Amino acid sequence: MTFLTYLISGLALGSVYAIIALGYTMVYGIAKMLNFAHGDIIMAGGYAAFYAYTRFGLPAGISILLSILTCTVLGVIIERLAYKPLRQASSLSVLITAIGVSYFLQNSAQLLFGSDTKIFPSILTEGSLRFFDGKLIVSYLTLITILTCIVIMIGLTLFINKTKIGKAMRACAEDKEAAQLMGINIDTTISITFAIGSGLAAIAAILLCSTYPSLSPSLGSMPGIKAFTAAVFGGIGSIPGALLGGILLGIIENLTKAYISTQLSDAIVFAVLIIVLLIKPTGLLGKKENVKV
Amino acid sequence: MLKVNDLVVRYGMIEAIKGISFEVDDGQIVTLIGANGAGKTTTMHTISGLLKPYSGEILLDDKDITKVPAHKIVELGIAQCPERRRIFASQSVEDNLLLGAYSRKDKEEIRKDLDGVYALFPHLKDRTTQLAGTLSGGEQQMLAMGRALMAKPRIMLLDEPSMGLSPLLVKEIFAIIKDINKQGVTILLVEQNARMALGIADKAYVIETGKIVMSGTGQELLESTDVRKAYLGG
Repeated sequence: MTFLTYLISGLALGSVYAIIALGYTMVYGIAKMLNFAHGDIIMAGGYAAFYAYTRFGLPAGISILLSILTCTVLGVIIERLAYKPLRQASSLSVLITAIGVSYFLQNSAQLLFGSDTKIFPSILTEGSLRFFDGKLIVSYLTLITILTCIVIMIGLTLFINKTKIGKAMRACAEDKEAAQLMGINIDTTISITFAIGSGLAAIAAILLCSTYPSLSPSLGSMPGIKAFTAAVFGGIGSIPGALLGGILLGIIENLTKAYISTQLSDAIVFAVLIIVLLIKPTGLLGKKENVKV
Repeated sequence: MLKVNDLVVRYGMIEAIKGISFEVDDGQIVTLIGANGAGKTTTMHTISGLLKPYSGEILLDDKDITKVPAHKIVELGIAQCPERRRIFASQSVEDNLLLGAYSRKDKEEIRKDLDGVYALFPHLKDRTTQLAGTLSGGEQQMLAMGRALMAKPRIMLLDEPSMGLSPLLVKEIFAIIKDINKQGVTILLVEQNARMALGIADKAYVIETGKIVMSGTGQELLESTDVRKAYLGG
């Protein structure tokens, strides 16, 4: 039964990683860049919800919406100001810029909110479900986290495959020049991608901060790196890959912590990544570049 | 209808197009022939707005379009069927065609034009839900042409439609190009297969290392000794 408990909490952690990984993988798929500031968007989302809920006393639903709105706007602004001017630049310049944006966001948060750790309120729900005479306890939060991830995955997959904008996004991911010949505006498409990825980061922030209720300016770094790992693990650029990578990473991390070593868990997680990439360099569900002449 | 005046296109310091001028009249088939690297595709990409010229102008009905962003060019009635087809491999045949109509709002007309494209390319009709990447080379070329037609263009830029296809398929494709032209679409065709291109062209230009070195009707160039030596194998 304890194994099941660890597995379920690993699934919840993995769901959060998966939601964050979507942001990395969509931006990579369409803008062909690694947005290392993505983790810090999570942090911004956490603070936005915290201030809305505890300082301004807004209802939970409104606070969550405000957090999503803040992150969406922030993501779009960052893309316009920092990344768009580098559209033609080398990927190294873009990468360094992204790291710079990450530090800028963290330092701004320190300046604005202070570097002390704040306690995140239980904004979502408390309580839990008991199974097998109380041998297995699953909190509502865990269930909400997993369900949210499922809903987001289904919604996003439908959006990408069924809507006109979604199809245009896939066209951009595949061939930007050809997409422009169709009349698709690349800048708008990239903005939409950042908006979606950043909005999802806000949702991840609320789930994450509800599970680990401490808020600090560097809050997003570690989950950001883990989710990035998950995205690469699953195959960067692939949406199902982000889900698979995130879930696997969360489960591996939790089981390692439970049965092997808490200190070594991160090392083991990254070792798994290295092994997977050695065997399959494109990640679990990554596509091989197939060129047909 | 389309007029290119003294166009210069540079990649950094390298001048790929060194001041070319040509004209495409309403309803014509005009071809640019030339060897690999002569600047044919660069010319097409510049007309489509994917590349910005260093100098010169591109006039569509006497209006300069060199400042228009690439994704707005198609709305002006210029659609390109690019070299190597560039279809969206991971999307279905029908979705590829609908992407061709991306900037159009007239839903019912789009539906009609879709039927029109299927009538022109019956091969595609049996494969509407198939992923475009799994089509054969010839089918991919047809899809790319159909996709360009879905924009309801006044002028279609066709870049190397014969590339990599069997002689039989090349003939079929060229017959379809003529059909498309008969339906009222002006054609600017870029080809390495000079014989086929000159055979259907009302007007032709020979382009060599970024310059136009000769022009005339398709028939005139087919008969020119210089062209025969350089492009038609003697």
